[in-house]
Amino acid sequence: MTGFATLLYKELLRFWKVSFQTMAAPVLTALLYLLIFAHALEGRVNVYRDVSYTAFLVPGLVMMSVLQNAFANSSSSLIQSKISGNLVFVLLPPISYQEFFWAYVLASMVRASAVGLGVLAAAAWFVELRLQAPLWALAFALLCSGLLGTLGLVAGIWAERFDQLAGFQNFVILPLTFLSGVFYSIHSLPPFWQGLSHANPFFYMIDGFRYGFFGVSDVPPVVSLAVVGVSFALAVAGTLWMLKRGYKLRG
Amino acid sequence: MSLAIAPGEFFGLLGPNGAGKTTLISIVAGLARADAGSVSILGADVTAEYRRARRLLGIVPQELVFDPFFTVRETLRFQSGYFGIRRNDAWIDEVMHHLDLTAKADVNMRALSGGMKRRVLVAQALVHKPPVIVLDEPTAGVDVELRQGLWHFVRRLNRDGHTVVLTTHYLDEAESLCTRIAMLKAGRVVALDSTRNLLASFSGLYLKLALAREALPEALAARMVGREGARVTLRLESYAEIEPVLAALREAGVGVTELELEQPDLEEVFMSVMGRP
Repeated sequence: MTGFATLLYKELLRFWKVSFQTMAAPVLTALLYLLIFAHALEGRVNVYRDVSYTAFLVPGLVMMSVLQNAFANSSSSLIQSKISGNLVFVLLPPISYQEFFWAYVLASMVRASAVGLGVLAAAAWFVELRLQAPLWALAFALLCSGLLGTLGLVAGIWAERFDQLAGFQNFVILPLTFLSGVFYSIHSLPPFWQGLSHANPFFYMIDGFRYGFFGVSDVPPVVSLAVVGVSFALAVAGTLWMLKRGYKLRG
Repeated sequence: MSLAIAPGEFFGLLGPNGAGKTTLISIVAGLARADAGSVSILGADVTAEYRRARRLLGIVPQELVFDPFFTVRETLRFQSGYFGIRRNDAWIDEVMHHLDLTAKADVNMRALSGGMKRRVLVAQALVHKPPVIVLDEPTAGVDVELRQGLWHFVRRLNRDGHTVVLTTHYLDEAESLCTRIAMLKAGRVVALDSTRNLLASFSGLYLKLALAREALPEALAARMVGREGARVTLRLESYAEIEPVLAALREAGVGVTELELEQPDLEEVFMSVMGRP
């Protein structure tokens, strides 16, 4: 247990030591999105009845920050350790592959949650927010940060160079996040794009999390929870299998 | 490859680049997986009982690696924790003291010189007091002071009962430190014996002469292994051959102005073993 607790603590301390970059910067980015989109679209777009566009935007931005930071934490930590060679300090001790996995993923979840709370707290200055179903919001925040932390770990294991990881982030994670309904309801899209959005797992993450705030969503929250839950379970199983085999970590 | 190292030995693993030394160490450490065969450390199989095996092993990696986020003390505390040891500051302080790191305890790893980073690597390998210590070229590119300090400390650990396995390209270090040596070539053990026996097996000595004029008698030409003007190096089988050589020079009227006798060292043995087909 001490090995796991130490690795988790090390991972937490790692991002805390550069918190200006790992926490303050993403909160500021989300806040800029909120200010610009709210200024441009408030009063022109009405998604849910009795919900202002600015209020609608906040859960999406919170979840977007959660997803991006969960992914960034595990992937950047692992690739830095791999490329600089210091991963050997974690591979030499008697730390099991399960302990390795959960230490990296839990640290990602903590950073993602801290950034998400930061965005929420900052947004609360601009718009009144009430959580209609907080447990739903919490469940989605935890599951989604865990899922993206796991995907970050996979990307970190797979990538051998920083540009490969950046490619994964820019060409997979970012488009899926932006096209998931952070800034709009998919009901405003033409039927084809609506259908395509249903194939994007990130849509269910945003939509389910938004249900926790407004009690309404594009698809039933149970469906979203099932999609996210199954995705997380599959990602965990696949990543544990990779780690057990030592894929790209133990030659 | 079949190789057994006894507890308490100071064992040398020598071989040219690409011989398989680091691959062997990686398999022992669990960083690489062997296609076939098994490795155990004090009875613990490195795959089936990896947790026990890794606790028994301390490795100083060849590459100068470090985590730039942390200080020396944080690095050593984390390494203790990875091995399941909490509150290890007393031993961490002792290790830092012996490696002359105490003054750098709260300095970020990034700010350390190469030699200091190497010391931290050694300290990291020792935080869990492993009975077996593997040093993979620990003195590559480090200054004389660190080398001497490091060897003093490692010798002490060996005297205290730690088994030490050393790979190095500095054969004089291996000769003076290791009690037994294995030489590797293309993934195979090509020589394995005590350092004393390896040196003894390479019989012969070198007689280096500075002659008064450039005229080596015909009778000695077969013994010559080197020549630089009037300076010649002759290979002899034993001390008994010195006098006949000098007699042959006297008879030929060739004076000797300087004379030096060299015994074979581990480098000679190494070159001889590696040169075999």
